[in-house]
Amino acid sequence: MGVNVHIEDTGERYDCVPGESLLKAMLRLGRRGIPSGCHGGGCGVCKVEITRGAVTTGAMSRAHVSADEEARGCLLACKAYPLSDVSLRVLGRMHKNVCRPAAKA
Amino acid sequence: MALTGVLRPGHAQLRVLNLEEGVHHYRDVLGMVETGRDEQGRVYLKCWDERDHNSLVLREADQAGIDFVGFKVLDKATLDKLEGDLRAYGLATERIPAGELLATGERVRFRLPSGHDIELYAEKRAVGNGLQVLNPAPWTKASENGIAPVRLDHCLLYGPNIAEVQKIFCDVLGFYLVERVLTPDGAGNVAIWLSCSHKVHDIAFVEHPEPGKLHHLSFLLESWEEVLRAADIMAMNNVTVDIGPTRHGVTRGCTIYAWDPSGNRFETFMGGYQPYPDYEPTTWTFDGLGAGGGLDYPQRKLHESFLSVVT
Repeated sequence: MGVNVHIEDTGERYDCVPGESLLKAMLRLGRRGIPSGCHGGGCGVCKVEITRGAVTTGAMSRAHVSADEEARGCLLACKAYPLSDVSLRVLGRMHKNVCRPAAKA
Repeated sequence: MALTGVLRPGHAQLRVLNLEEGVHHYRDVLGMVETGRDEQGRVYLKCWDERDHNSLVLREADQAGIDFVGFKVLDKATLDKLEGDLRAYGLATERIPAGELLATGERVRFRLPSGHDIELYAEKRAVGNGLQVLNPAPWTKASENGIAPVRLDHCLLYGPNIAEVQKIFCDVLGFYLVERVLTPDGAGNVAIWLSCSHKVHDIAFVEHPEPGKLHHLSFLLESWEEVLRAADIMAMNNVTVDIGPTRHGVTRGCTIYAWDPSGNRFETFMGGYQPYPDYEPTTWTFDGLGAGGGLDYPQRKLHESFLSVVT
């Protein structure tokens, strides 16, 4: 059983299966402009803020996510694994790419 | 002997977010040989055909990226001379005592204007490649473990002031420019490939606003078939691939870019050509890097991740 992920900025929704990162599942939307980088928590291009729901996380570089940010749900989508339905906002580089109108299919 | 001064990139220290995941990747998937662990918890590895004790040092940290790159120089007299030359040029140098890195002699460290720490050293204990020196076999069992590159070959670093970096490598350390990519206005270089040897690059730089960044560490394979086999092994082990298998126009290297579990990019590659210091450097326009096939010759496009994803 998967969970549903809601991107607040665009209204889009996608499914995420157990063990799958928010980023990997988001890529299945097939949208251009989703910043998919290293998938290892190191490069910082896929930053999101979890506004509702629970996730577990893997190690993320402190160069991109401070302890304060992590505590309030600002995470790298490649290292966040949802435990429930989740709503998120996209941040930084990802926001520019995901939310620009031309990027919408 | 013709090859003197700086001999080769000899070691690099990488920061990984989880040590054992990093060790698994570099030892079991890439197929390097683990040669030691020190009191700080750092793990030392070498490629199977390298003869010195280590070429890759993994340090667990809360940020990914590269701590330093070390070049082996011919001998201690060369080390002293190059340190003097660096200081005369105006760079501050620091001596790190022998043994601070396992099996490694005294190191001279300096910081480039791109924000990267570079080291020179003359001594690292030779542990051999597992083959006898007299009448050796051509390969060992370790040469078939994982992807099994033969050596750490070069690295590509991102940071500011690469024109100044080029002067330090070429005017002080005896490197020469092999290839370059021009800025969009053609007035300067946005990327440079530098050699201290007969290799198409021993180190390379891309102009980038953030200092001290790593684009990739590269490991040498001996055939295109081995590059394709590396791609299979990456897929079998869920390694995230960035680009390839394909061929770079720049350097002609046949390549895969992929990421380790901490997001540090690594390259498995073969080929290129054998430049000499008297060759005229090859120049690529900025458009040539993308549409001209500089980055990816068959696909002829500038993959977005090339200029934006670094650690």
